[in-house]
Amino acid sequence: MQPTHSSRRILLPVRMWFVYTTLGLALFLNYVPTGHLPGVPDVVALVLAFWCVREPVKIGIGAGFLFGLLTDIGVGAALGQHALAYVLLAYAANELSRRVLWFTPVEQALHVLPLLFMSQVVMVVVRLLAGAEFPGWWMFFGSFVGALLWIPLHYVLLLPQYQPVERDENRPI
Amino acid sequence: MAGHSPPPFFKRGPAPLAKLVFFVTVSLAMLVSDLNMRYLDGFRQGLSVLAYPLQMAAASPADFVRNASDYFASLVRLQIENKDLKARQLKGAERLLRLDQLEQENRHLRALLEAREKQSVKSVVAEIMYTAKDPFSRKVILDKGAQAGIEAGQAVVDDIGVIGQITRVFPMQSELTLLTDKDQAIPVMIVRSGMRAVLFGSGNGLMELRYLAANADVQAGDRVVTSGLDGVFLAGLPVATVARVERDQAQAFARIPCLPAAGVERFSHVLVLGHQETLMSRPVEPEPVAGKPAKGRKARAAKE
Repeated sequence: MQPTHSSRRILLPVRMWFVYTTLGLALFLNYVPTGHLPGVPDVVALVLAFWCVREPVKIGIGAGFLFGLLTDIGVGAALGQHALAYVLLAYAANELSRRVLWFTPVEQALHVLPLLFMSQVVMVVVRLLAGAEFPGWWMFFGSFVGALLWIPLHYVLLLPQYQPVERDENRPI
Repeated sequence: MAGHSPPPFFKRGPAPLAKLVFFVTVSLAMLVSDLNMRYLDGFRQGLSVLAYPLQMAAASPADFVRNASDYFASLVRLQIENKDLKARQLKGAERLLRLDQLEQENRHLRALLEAREKQSVKSVVAEIMYTAKDPFSRKVILDKGAQAGIEAGQAVVDDIGVIGQITRVFPMQSELTLLTDKDQAIPVMIVRSGMRAVLFGSGNGLMELRYLAANADVQAGDRVVTSGLDGVFLAGLPVATVARVERDQAQAFARIPCLPAAGVERFSHVLVLGHQETLMSRPVEPEPVAGKPAKGRKARAAKE
């Protein structure tokens, strides 16, 4: 058997409205006012990374920029802070996509962790350069939680693309 | 073969690296202009109209949790609170009665002095909805906005003292930057010695009196109130108490951390104070004394 993407199932093509709906839903989750609670993952970054890995031709830097700006406004951050982080994240995820897709979801999560971590580091560096206070190391805990969430997310977001397994007893191959 | 283009499934628009450089440049430009120059407030207002419904929907779970916890607040707690409030009202009533008389007297005295009458300050009661999610700053969102007449720059107090200043106003809500936000400054006066200073947020939930000489007359426990010099905060509102004074001979200035007086980092109802009366205009600079040789551009301009 030839090696394939490890999902080992032929998927239906993705629908773009579903991609943008899930990104919007993630934005909603990011807007939920959790204050300075440690370990809250950046859901938009996670979903964006997912689609950038899955559909590198259809989703990329432009979407990252747009949803970054919307996140900036919703959470009261400096305008362009999340946009910058998500643009870099989307680029890296697009570039990594051909490698990441060969792995199982758990291994994929290990690939995504540095991406999420990098996007947080970018934001911290930018804000510290602008003279903000360092929020504390607990903040980076969020990207670890995000990487853990990748595993269930992998199944949930691909759900509409699964098709029923067709068992044809008389099929020649 | 003219017009030989690649098949459409290879089309990806501009090269990814070119796109990356473009968007990174745009975001960096936005960051600089937002953080340093505040050019993008109009743009933010525009986009916030888009984000507002989603924001409101997202805030509703928090609202629900808050209301539910209020609903299940135990009877005992409410009784204690009620008793406390009654006691405070009684204590306040006596002062309130005198206030009328004092105001009357004040008006007369001011009239005598031909001073301009202090405008009565119009203030708005608001509720803190939630803490803004940005982990780099200390900001909270209030449930009243431009529609309730709130403007950027207004001072916000609770029942004990100053807690911050309005920094952004949206139609239905406003953003309050707490005094403990890093580098948030407020002009103050030390009650005991009458010395004026500037109090800065130091970022870790505390504040700091900066630029006071190492031998300045400050002691631990001194009360710090607003001096009213900025024309934003009314004079005499409690701000903080001096926690300790660290005098280091090697440095020109003393390090003086202060504890905020009001419940700066607690959730409650707050009062958004109206603007103080406009400050008096700067006094006219005295004419250069005749006979002394005038120098500089200012003097030349005065001559013309």
